[in-house]
Amino acid sequence: MAVKTFDEMRSGAEGAVRPPYEGVARWLEATSAERLAATRAEVDLFYRRHGITFGAYGAVDGAETTIPFDIIPRVIAWDEWQYLHKGLVQRVRALNAFLADAYNEREICRAGVIPEAQILMNAEFVSMAQGLKLPGGVHAHIAGIDLVRVGEKDFYVLEDNVRTPSGVSYVLENREVMMRLAPELFSAMRVLPVADYTEELLSTLRSVSFSDDAEPNVVLLTPGHYNSAYFEHAFLADEMGIELAKGSDLFVDEGRVYMRTPRGPQRVDVIYRRVDDAFLDPLAMRPDSYLGVAGLLGALRAGRVNIVNALGNGVADDKSTYTYVPEMVRFYLGEEPILQNVPTYRGDRADDLKYILEHMPELVVKEVHGSGGKGMLVGPTSSRKEIEDFAQLVKARPDNYIAQPTLALSTCPTFVAQGVAPRHVDLRPFVLSGRKITIVPGGLTRVALKEGSLVVNSSQGGGTKDTWVLSPEAATAD
Amino acid sequence: MLSSTAKNLYWMGRYLQRAKTTARLIEATQRMALQSRGKEAEAVVAIFGMEDEFRHSLVQNQNHSQRQNGSGKKQLSDLVDFLAFDENNPSSIVSSIGSARRNAREERNNITVDVWESLNGLWLELSAKLRGDRAGLDRGALIESVKKQAVMIFGAAQVTLLRDEAYNFFQLGAFLERGDNTARILDVKYHRLMPDGSPHAENLDYFAWSEVLACIGAVRTYRRIFRSSLDPMKIAELMMLRRDVPRSVHHCLWMVDLSMRELADIYGTHGEADRLAGELHARLRYARIDKVFQMGLHAFLGGVRDDIATLSDEIGRQFLLD
Repeated sequence: MAVKTFDEMRSGAEGAVRPPYEGVARWLEATSAERLAATRAEVDLFYRRHGITFGAYGAVDGAETTIPFDIIPRVIAWDEWQYLHKGLVQRVRALNAFLADAYNEREICRAGVIPEAQILMNAEFVSMAQGLKLPGGVHAHIAGIDLVRVGEKDFYVLEDNVRTPSGVSYVLENREVMMRLAPELFSAMRVLPVADYTEELLSTLRSVSFSDDAEPNVVLLTPGHYNSAYFEHAFLADEMGIELAKGSDLFVDEGRVYMRTPRGPQRVDVIYRRVDDAFLDPLAMRPDSYLGVAGLLGALRAGRVNIVNALGNGVADDKSTYTYVPEMVRFYLGEEPILQNVPTYRGDRADDLKYILEHMPELVVKEVHGSGGKGMLVGPTSSRKEIEDFAQLVKARPDNYIAQPTLALSTCPTFVAQGVAPRHVDLRPFVLSGRKITIVPGGLTRVALKEGSLVVNSSQGGGTKDTWVLSPEAATAD
Repeated sequence: MLSSTAKNLYWMGRYLQRAKTTARLIEATQRMALQSRGKEAEAVVAIFGMEDEFRHSLVQNQNHSQRQNGSGKKQLSDLVDFLAFDENNPSSIVSSIGSARRNAREERNNITVDVWESLNGLWLELSAKLRGDRAGLDRGALIESVKKQAVMIFGAAQVTLLRDEAYNFFQLGAFLERGDNTARILDVKYHRLMPDGSPHAENLDYFAWSEVLACIGAVRTYRRIFRSSLDPMKIAELMMLRRDVPRSVHHCLWMVDLSMRELADIYGTHGEADRLAGELHARLRYARIDKVFQMGLHAFLGGVRDDIATLSDEIGRQFLLD
């Protein structure tokens, strides 16, 4: 794939700066390297003092690290965002329709669009969730859809995340930092705000309570402060003004969920859980879990508490179900998909497997249930030995792998040790579904800080950028 | 508010206060050691009831360096390391700040950014300075810094925290610890300087007694209040019974009682903890210093300390659902 990489700033007509980036280009020209470096140092200090940290699982106190933040914003024009917005709403509506169907009648299987085994034999299928009728029919209340760009008009969906997608706290904190560090750039461009995310999240959570209380009691269930995303859990609970509970703070009595308070037990209506399915309820799932609440799934099935995101969403976002999402859009909505999938070869299809094994040096090969940039092979940057080893894994369990062409992810100017240089980026917008669908403009831009690297995961040396969606007036301003 | 939040804030208050008291105590002890002979180290560990732990840590360290037994200077620097920077000592400054920070981190959403950042900042500074070789460590400067920053953390709490249940649990922890600390300091120091417990000294060791006051930062306060030379009975009165001295046992128990009443108002419930807090407050409020010495200072303080410990247990039972 010797396609030329699309640079979001420089790939204008005849190598000119693209219009959305004009402000950034001027700012970069007017700001000395020393000033940028000084700003960068300020950022690191700010993040550390704030305790905006990311600790790997099992890390002891003190082993917290910060995710590198790049001070050059990533810019998206208003019309580009309009297009993405429409596509995201459509895709998430289809995913929700699929999840409700997958745990009820499975019409899509009756119609022969998706084989039933794809759902029932999926390792992420949760039989306890069969037959659940959830408020509004919503299962994926918070969805993080990973997008990549390869050209002026070409966006692809790389992955859907409908279990417990994280990263939104960085969207909000990055914006705070950016406004503090580069007010001059900020005021020169018209950027749509993102700060209302938590407000929207809270009303989304309240809108899916089973009870008809005007103000249902919502709590955020966290695995605790050793979890790598603990900062985000605390941040979101704080911003929403709801309790941040651990499993031990909650209990079930007579089919209702309560939280322990100095005033006595208080009823809980909606649980925004950041605990994985398997750990939610030791009576129903893993009996050795200390993170969950005994009897929780009983209360859910009795319609006494709603759990967000719903149980068993993993059947919709693994890398093999992914290949069916365009079909879901057609089946449930009767529309043509706006956002495209990356062409994907499935190890469980004989033709595809043959193609994968023959073309490994040019493909990205991934585990169906893998995440965090682990269990994958990037063909073009791997050695012959690595490719051969990985081919053995694929041959041993073909159904556990999919492969995609190596995409030339777009690049954005990024501040690195050598100065300002292009680095590959992706984008994770957060889509909220309750009684309505809302998306705050932009999302989390992740950037691969290593030159040439296509892996943007924070556990693999990725960083983040503030993402600016320009307001419609910005196009006509200046 | 969750019970676990109440618990974390209560302990955050206690640990912070303990770190602050310890820092002040170390400074006073160092000054005292410079001016008088005596094995001050032992008296200080006695305040925290950690004689055995301290001896044990000395034996442990013996293997790593040859040191002469009984050298006062050496023992003092061992003491400072034990009380301030020993991670194996759960009551050391560094352990206390670590625990307070852990409590705060779990309650990031229930405290203000100002409180969190000032506490996290102190913890970051301590861990950075204590990492690796400690040979060149300026211990005095670091203890001074702990003292100053602890004041800032408490200041941030006063200025920024919402006056809700959570705040009252933080206050309860801080003032119970502080009252207990002052009672311990007075008890142990008084006994060392006046083993017979008498209220007046013939040949007063001026420096020793002013350092007792310095442990709670009240040397100038003494002058302002009494305008007279140092007198052991007055020192005891100031540290125990004066309501206007912010580190006196009376003041602290007054604050504890106030917070308990706030909580009773919020929750509309009363329990043994409310009764005991009221009784302790009243005991300090209506005590007369001459009567205290008649019954014996040690006996009086012992009773107060025991009841503070019981009160802490009762608070746990009543609110925190241990």
